[in-house]
Amino acid sequence: MRPLAVLASRVRYEEKRIFAALERREVPYTHVDTRRFSVELGDTAGGGPFFAAALNREISHSRALYASLLLEARGVATVNRSDVIEMCGDKLRTSLALERAGVPSPRTAVALSPDEGADAAERLGFPVVIKPLAGSWGRLVAAAHDRDTAEALLEHRAALPSPVQHIVYLQEFVDKPGRDIRMIVAGDDVVGATYRYSDSWRTNAARGGRSKPCPLVPELVAAALAAARAVGGGVLGVDLVEGPDGPLVLEVNHAVEFQGFQAAHGDTVDVADAIVAYAISAAEQNDDHVPLREAQ
Amino acid sequence: MTRTCPECEGPVELAEPVRLSEIAQCADCSSELEVVGLDPVSLALAPEIEEDWGE
Repeated sequence: MRPLAVLASRVRYEEKRIFAALERREVPYTHVDTRRFSVELGDTAGGGPFFAAALNREISHSRALYASLLLEARGVATVNRSDVIEMCGDKLRTSLALERAGVPSPRTAVALSPDEGADAAERLGFPVVIKPLAGSWGRLVAAAHDRDTAEALLEHRAALPSPVQHIVYLQEFVDKPGRDIRMIVAGDDVVGATYRYSDSWRTNAARGGRSKPCPLVPELVAAALAAARAVGGGVLGVDLVEGPDGPLVLEVNHAVEFQGFQAAHGDTVDVADAIVAYAISAAEQNDDHVPLREAQ
Repeated sequence: MTRTCPECEGPVELAEPVRLSEIAQCADCSSELEVVGLDPVSLALAPEIEEDWGE
């Protein structure tokens, strides 16, 4: 029986919890360090998929995307799939998917050059949040409360060497109550939700946001599941803010971190086990319904 | 398990089971370290954060 692969170049709290969950369930698995992973195209001498499924926990977006793409080409079920990783790794693609699916999100505008960005921000209305199209942990996300600030921020953006950084993604500044909400979705199930509090307007856990349990009220569950479905589904971290008329989806993360989330929930939720359960079901669906555990 | 920090030679505590590519932090110098070998367990400075890292 082929093992389940866990793709990760960096074994953090989350990956250790996932390994432990796999071991508790007696699921055969292989940790694949993506920095040491290569595939020759057209080489099928191995006789088919290397793994029953791959749980992609790679921290580098580029390596995560191409690892899933390569493994899918070999018939390996991936969690998450490359199309989902590509979607979640691009805020504009995500926003368009949310818009198509009718998922409420903050008003958003995109300008295709920094010069146009200030006018687009003006039309959206200050204050606005200027975000990079790609990136995580709140990096390079800035709030502009007036046109002068926006122009200064965009001038810096224009000086960055990557052309992608010259695409300007703007969102209305939602006056949230000192917190946002992180929800973790695995397939059709919501694993749980936390409030993330911060003294800063950026509440990312990576920036020191503090997590506390958030009740799973129906409108949050519906929004999280709709957002997850809109980007293609899988194991996802959905970030929301409480808008005046209900939850607004900010973004969907394909490689969800959950240390603060798990600490907030204690023993009442086991995120790693929920992720493993989803990966096992993906493997079993892809492998003639052979249960992983019975095939050892 | 205790190993020596390759940066400051301070003691670094690792919880068992130790995993390859595991990240640890030196309590003395705050360096971020990576487990690069298991037999014996050895540490090196962890890679710097890259632009495309994240969730």
